[in-house]
Amino acid sequence: MATPAEPVPMRPSPFDGYELDVAYDEMFRSKDKPRGAYKHLYTQLLSMEPEELRRSKQQADLSFFNQGITFTVYGRKEGTERIFPHDLLPRIITSAEWKTIERGLTQRITALNLFLRDVYHERKILRDGVIPGEIIYTCKQFRRQMRGVKVPRDVYVSISGSDLIRLPNGQFVVLEDNLRVPSGVSYMLTGRKVMKQIFPMLYRKSGVQPIEHYSQVLLSTLRSLATETRSTPTVVLLSPGVYNSAYFEHAYLARQMGIELVEGRDLVVHDNIVFMRTIAGLQRVDVIYRRVDDDFLDPLAFRPDSSLGAAGLFNAYRAGNVVLSNALGTGVADDKAIYAYVPKIIKYYLGEEPILNNVETLLMTDDKERAHVLANMDKYVVKAVGESGGYGMLIGPHSSLQQQQDFRERIEADPRNYIAQPTLALSTAPCFVGDHVEPRHVDLRPYILFGEKCTIVPGGLTRVALRKGSLVVNSSQGGGSKDTWVLQN
Amino acid sequence: MLSRVADSLYWMSRYFERAAHCARVLQATHNLMLDPAKITADERWLRALAFIGFPRIHEELDPEMAIIRLAMDPANRSSIVACITGARDNASQVREEISSEMWEHLNRLYHDVTQPVWKLPEGEDAASFRSSDEAEAMRRAGEVREGTYKFHGITDLTMNHDEGWHFIQLGKATEHACSVSILLDAYFSTKKPATDLDWLCLLTSCGAFEAFCRAYTADLKPANIAELLLLHPEFPFSVRNSADQMYAASRALTANFSAPGTHTIERVMGRLRSSVSFVEVEEVTGGDPHQYLNDIIEQCTKLHAAVNDIYIEYPIEAVFEI
Repeated sequence: MATPAEPVPMRPSPFDGYELDVAYDEMFRSKDKPRGAYKHLYTQLLSMEPEELRRSKQQADLSFFNQGITFTVYGRKEGTERIFPHDLLPRIITSAEWKTIERGLTQRITALNLFLRDVYHERKILRDGVIPGEIIYTCKQFRRQMRGVKVPRDVYVSISGSDLIRLPNGQFVVLEDNLRVPSGVSYMLTGRKVMKQIFPMLYRKSGVQPIEHYSQVLLSTLRSLATETRSTPTVVLLSPGVYNSAYFEHAYLARQMGIELVEGRDLVVHDNIVFMRTIAGLQRVDVIYRRVDDDFLDPLAFRPDSSLGAAGLFNAYRAGNVVLSNALGTGVADDKAIYAYVPKIIKYYLGEEPILNNVETLLMTDDKERAHVLANMDKYVVKAVGESGGYGMLIGPHSSLQQQQDFRERIEADPRNYIAQPTLALSTAPCFVGDHVEPRHVDLRPYILFGEKCTIVPGGLTRVALRKGSLVVNSSQGGGSKDTWVLQN
Repeated sequence: MLSRVADSLYWMSRYFERAAHCARVLQATHNLMLDPAKITADERWLRALAFIGFPRIHEELDPEMAIIRLAMDPANRSSIVACITGARDNASQVREEISSEMWEHLNRLYHDVTQPVWKLPEGEDAASFRSSDEAEAMRRAGEVREGTYKFHGITDLTMNHDEGWHFIQLGKATEHACSVSILLDAYFSTKKPATDLDWLCLLTSCGAFEAFCRAYTADLKPANIAELLLLHPEFPFSVRNSADQMYAASRALTANFSAPGTHTIERVMGRLRSSVSFVEVEEVTGGDPHQYLNDIIEQCTKLHAAVNDIYIEYPIEAVFEI
């Protein structure tokens, strides 16, 4: 005899309260309708108890902590070491989307390298009036010392990471280029390792393109820059030392590549040749992957008060006896005011339309644009052109009148130093918060290696603004990261 | 290998060994203190504190305070916490040289024994030291003792036995030879006759009690104790074995990296090894043990200085012949 079925108590879905707004959501087309790429993740999350999710999160955090995957927050005394907040859920990108990103970034970095070569040699682009010369020469990152210096393979930027965001229409655009010493790649690599331990089945089912070969490609990129015919060039990584916020990454990459991690005090320059001090005496260095800013590399050529570099390094570089990667003076191409010209730069050198667009950028040196921004401070994001890490920035809609006034004065005092961009709704991705899932704003930083050829390992670092509603994803400002899965098909 | 890296590996290893030794001494002394005895508590704790180079204090010493000083006081540079921190600081500067397993183990141990941070209670606060704190201090000491054994196992199994590994062995053996000699000096040069319980404490402090019983039965003759800790070829923690390890490590370095001055290393090693290999224990206990032990320490210091001058802080001018 049939009995009436007991109503099965419904477990609350972890997506209850997941609110969609104008921003593009990476996971959901509309309420409870996940996009194709996210189907496996969606089903998996529905089948998991909140307790299980929490345990996974704890396991992941502990793994990061024990590995010492930490970064340093400047300006605090004790307890400066923190684990990099990592969100449990992967951000997923389809292979079609990735192909566009890959082509777009390859095009962009090729053009920027041609631009740098031109700026430090013939300056055709200035003479042709595509970019006003003034904007180059007033750039703080322009290095006069680099004029006419021959750079191996003409590759100025061999290691970079560009920040992409996704607009409400689903398109990826470039928010900024990081062409000096971008960091974060170790979080991409270690984050992947932890995710594989925590979601092995989901990972296998999804068919994710691997990224583990990054270190090998990095090493061969660096080796390909060695000019001399020395059969096995000695490659080293130059770090500012253990107190640098990215020290973990320096050590991690050096170990993964099997190269020495040197500090300025380990280097000696004699007769324009760079040596490192080893237990077997002095050993010649051919290629330096430097994670020290231009200004600190050589007290004789740049800041005299720096002890992070080596005296005489720049002369050895100019003499062609050592390769520095990235080259010096690359900051001129990621200046936020020059960024506005990148579409023109691409067209000028390659004769192509940019595959990835820029974000609309207003130059404060332009009288009309400046007047418009000053009158509408609450609608724009204002950025200092040479800053990174989320410092020196005003987010109009989230700012006080006092802060706006403050920036208004700064802009008027030094218009060259600022640009403005409309406040953009960065796309949102699901994040595990407490015991359920909520949307948070994200960006994407793929890592580009450019030597003999251009390689971008599929994925990159997805940075998350962990505070609800926040648009700032920088780790120094309360941002975290997510593993980024690029699917095979 | 970079000189700076070699130096950090060496010091990482020395600090680690010092932490282990301090943990063993703390555990053994603490255990001894739980039993009533004729000589005062102060005497015994001071012996332990003297061993770690703590300045002699005249005021009365609470056992609880002594525990904290030995184990948890970061201001005491030889405390367990300070040593583990020192080992980790050095390791963190050479993270690319050691295996990730070594780093992870050391990092985990560091967090385990330093969190939460222990504040040295002052004045009336001293009364706030509870028995659970005492148990916790002992637990941490145990973790360190065991953790160092594991660390050396991990090191041997996950790291290439190259020059970096030899610097680690050199640091470990040098530190061990020094610590055991200093501790022995505190027991053999003391005026008051030590009781069986004290000798027991010395053996446990050196992780040697079971080894002693196997070699000599449980008859605690001071001469036998000295023989085991100093001269025994089979006891792994004997000074003789440490000297052999120092010799093997320094030999590997001088053979592969010839540099001016390596003969100093060979001379010092020869002298140190003969003084623990070709001597009868009666010559030590019957003669002047203080001088004998001091000589061992001096040879260790000389070796340290020679290695440093030849491989770490050699003058650049000499290389370029400027």
